[in-house]
Amino acid sequence: MSLEPLEDFRERVRAFLRAEVGPARARSTAGLRNLGDDEDDLREVQRDRELQRLFHDAGLAGIVVPTEYGGQGLTPEHQQVLNEELVGYDSPVRNQVPTMTPCMAVLLDFGTEEQKRTHVPAILRGEELWMQLLSEPGGGSDVAGASTTAIRDGDEWVLNGSKVWTTGAWWSDWGLCLARTNWDVPKHRGLTVFMVPIDAEGIEVQRIEMLNGNREFCQEYLTDVRVPDSHRIGELDDGWTVGLRWMFHERMAANSPYVTRPAEMELAAVDGQSIRRVALDAGRADDPVAQELVGEAEVLALVGSALGRRVAEGMAAGTMTEQASAIARLYHGLSVARRTTIAFELARSAGIAWSDADGALAGVGDDFLMRQVSCIGGGTTEMAANVVSERVLGMPREPSRDRDRPFRDVPRGGSRTSWAERRGSA
Amino acid sequence: MLFSPTPDQEFLRGTTARFLDDKVPPRVLRDLRGHPQGFTEDYWRQAVALGWAHLLVAEDLGGGSASGDGVADLALLAYELGRRAAPGPLLVNAIVAGALSDAGGHEHVVKALLAGDELATWALLDDPRREGLAGAPATLRPDGSGFVLDGSKRPVESAAAAAHLLVGAVSPDGPTQVLVPTDAPGVHVAPLRGLDLTRRFDAVTFDGVRLDAAAVVGTVGGAAADLERQLLRALVVSCAESAGAMRTAFDMTLEWTFDRYSFGRPLASYQAIKHRMASMAVWLEASHAIAADAARAVGAGAADAAKLASAAAAYVGGQGSELLQECVQLHGGIGVTFEHDLHLHLRRHTVNRGLYGTPAEHRRRVAAELEREAGPEREAGAAA
Repeated sequence: MSLEPLEDFRERVRAFLRAEVGPARARSTAGLRNLGDDEDDLREVQRDRELQRLFHDAGLAGIVVPTEYGGQGLTPEHQQVLNEELVGYDSPVRNQVPTMTPCMAVLLDFGTEEQKRTHVPAILRGEELWMQLLSEPGGGSDVAGASTTAIRDGDEWVLNGSKVWTTGAWWSDWGLCLARTNWDVPKHRGLTVFMVPIDAEGIEVQRIEMLNGNREFCQEYLTDVRVPDSHRIGELDDGWTVGLRWMFHERMAANSPYVTRPAEMELAAVDGQSIRRVALDAGRADDPVAQELVGEAEVLALVGSALGRRVAEGMAAGTMTEQASAIARLYHGLSVARRTTIAFELARSAGIAWSDADGALAGVGDDFLMRQVSCIGGGTTEMAANVVSERVLGMPREPSRDRDRPFRDVPRGGSRTSWAERRGSA
Repeated sequence: MLFSPTPDQEFLRGTTARFLDDKVPPRVLRDLRGHPQGFTEDYWRQAVALGWAHLLVAEDLGGGSASGDGVADLALLAYELGRRAAPGPLLVNAIVAGALSDAGGHEHVVKALLAGDELATWALLDDPRREGLAGAPATLRPDGSGFVLDGSKRPVESAAAAAHLLVGAVSPDGPTQVLVPTDAPGVHVAPLRGLDLTRRFDAVTFDGVRLDAAAVVGTVGGAAADLERQLLRALVVSCAESAGAMRTAFDMTLEWTFDRYSFGRPLASYQAIKHRMASMAVWLEASHAIAADAARAVGAGAADAAKLASAAAAYVGGQGSELLQECVQLHGGIGVTFEHDLHLHLRRHTVNRGLYGTPAEHRRRVAAELEREAGPEREAGAAA
C-alpha cells in the first residue's frame, strides 16, 4: 500500500482544521503559570479529550502509529506537516505529553499485543489520559533506585510505595509504574514496569502546591494496590530495559513524532514574540538594551528549534544515537532559563509588583521564581550532561557504589549526619 | 558535517577537503605567517579549479552550483576551510562573482575570476568607529557621464591581492555599488595588522577616484537589496566556516581530555570536565544546526532568511567564542602557545565573529525582524 502523499495530506489537514477546529484557546495554564481554577482545568481536560476524538475521527490521530492499533501508519514527515498546519488552531494539548510520549510510546515498544490493542486505540480516541509513576520522593535523578515494591500474589501483583511529580494525575486515567520486584540483585536488574489504573483501590492522589500556587503536579501513595500480571509491561525484573526507552521517549517530548502540537508552540511564555511584548508593555520598544535582550531571546528560541530538528533528523538517519536527545534537552533547559531571566529583566519593577492592567508584564516575576523548573523537570540538566559526556562523547562513567551489590544493601540516605556534626568530626 | 550533502555536494566537498589536507597542513599555515598575501598564486588557481569561484555565478557565464543551491554549496566548502584554518579569500571572491553575475555586465571580470586569473574582494565595512553594517561614508558623486568616489573602507579582506573591489557607496540617488580596479588612480591600499595567520586585511581609501558609468553594479541608487543579499550570503558562509573551526577545536580538546593525566587519572574522568565538555557539545551541535538552517533559508530566499542569518551570526559568533576559549582553558598553558594548533582555529573563529557585524549587532537585527513580523500589533500594544 502506498502512503498518502505529503501534499495531499497537507490539503486534508487544512480542510479539516478550517471546517472543524476553532482558533487556539486561551489556556488556564501557560507552562507552570496558573491562570484559572480547578474547574477551568477540568473543563479544558474535557475539551481536549473531545478534540482528540475529533482529530481521531478525521484520521489525524496517531499519525505514525500502525493502523492495527488505530493509528494512521504514516511517517514523521506527515506528523511534521500536521504540526505546521496546526499553528494558530486549537489542539488537544493535554493528550500529548506524557500520554502519547512517553507512555503510549513505551506501550508500543514493549506492550503485549493485547495491551496495545486495548489501550493504544483508546488513547488515540481521547478516552485514556496517562501519566508516569516514575520519580519517587527518595529518588530524585536516580530513577533506577526506585523503592516502590511489587510483590507477586498468585496471578496478581501488590504494589506499595510512593511516586511523585506526576503531571495532572488528578484528572488522568492510567499510569505507567516502575516498581522493584527483586531486592536481592543489583538495582538495575530488579525492576519491572506495570500499567496501573489511577482509580484503583489503594491509590491516594495528593496535589503538590508549587511556590507560585500551581497545583498541576501530584504525589501518589500506593497501599496494597492490586494489578493483574496481564498489566505487566516487558519481562519480569527487566524494567530497566523498558525504563531506558521510557526516559528516551520522555526526553524527546515535543520533538517526538507521536506528539501533535503547533510547530512553533513554546510551552513556557518565553518565545521571541512573547518577550518582545514584555519589552513593548514595559515601554522599552525603542531601548537598545531591551532590543538586544529581545534579540537574544529569539536567537535562543530559533537555535533551539534548529537543534531539535537536527537531532531528530540525525536519529532518524542513524547518524546520531538516541542518546543525542540529551543534547537537545540540555540546551532547552538552559535556554528557557535564560529567556525567563530576560523577560524578568525587561519588566523592571513590574516583575516584582504588578496589576492585571500590566499586560505581558503580569506573571513574569512568578516565572522567574520558577525558572529552574526547565532545568529540573523531565530529568535534570546535570543528568543530561552525564548522558552527553558518557554516552555521546564516550567519556568514562562516574564511579558508583550501587552497581554490583544487591539493592537491599545499597545505602539509601535518611540517616545522614548534619553538616554541623560532620564539620565537628573533621 | 554541517548538513547531509547531496552526492554532487559530497563530491565538491570531498575534492576540496583532500586538496586542503594535501596543500595546507598546519606546518604550511605557520610558514605562511609572513607571506604578504597569506596564500600563493598557484594555490589559488588550483582552488578556483575546484569550483571556489563558480558557485554563485550563472551557468551561462561559466559558473554553476553543485546542488542548485550555490549558497549551501559554498557553506559546505567554507566548513572544510574552517576545519583546517585554510587560506584563501573564498568568501569575498565568491560573493563578488555572484553579485556581478546577478547584476549583469562586467562579463570580462567574471571570466577572469572563474579562471583564477584575477581576484575580487568586497569592501563592506566602514570605519569601525561608526556603528552599523552598511550605510557608507564612501560617497559617489555624478561627474559628467561617470562618477567620482571618495571615502574609506576597512577592514577589506585581501585588498592588496585583489584586482577589483566591490564598493558600496552613497550616491545622491541612494545606495549604489561600484566595481573599482585596485590600480585606479586615487585608490590607496594600506595593510592592517590582523589576527589570522593567513587572512590579510587592508584599509582602502578612495581619493577622488574617477569611474565611468559602466563601473556601476546593478542600478544607481538601488543597491540596498543587493547589499542585504550579499550580507546574508556572507553571514551563512562565515558561520559555516566558524562551525568548522569549532568542530576541530572541540575534537582536539576531547582527545586531549583522554590523553592528559593528572592525579593518576585522565582529565576525561572528572565530572567537572565531563559537564563542561557536554555543554560545549551542545553549543557545537546548536551552532551547526543554526548555521545549516540559515544556509537553507538564505539559499531558498525564505521570508525568515534575514532573521535566521543574524541568529546564526549571533549564536555561532557569541557561543562559539565561549567554546573556543573553553578549549584553551581545558588545554591549560599549552593552549596559548604558538606551537599548539588550537590558536589556528581560535583565530579563524574570532576573525569571523567580528567581520560582518558583531553578535550584539545581530541580536538587534533579530529583534528588528521580530518587530517587522509583528507588524501593526505594536500600535495596538502601545495603546493598551
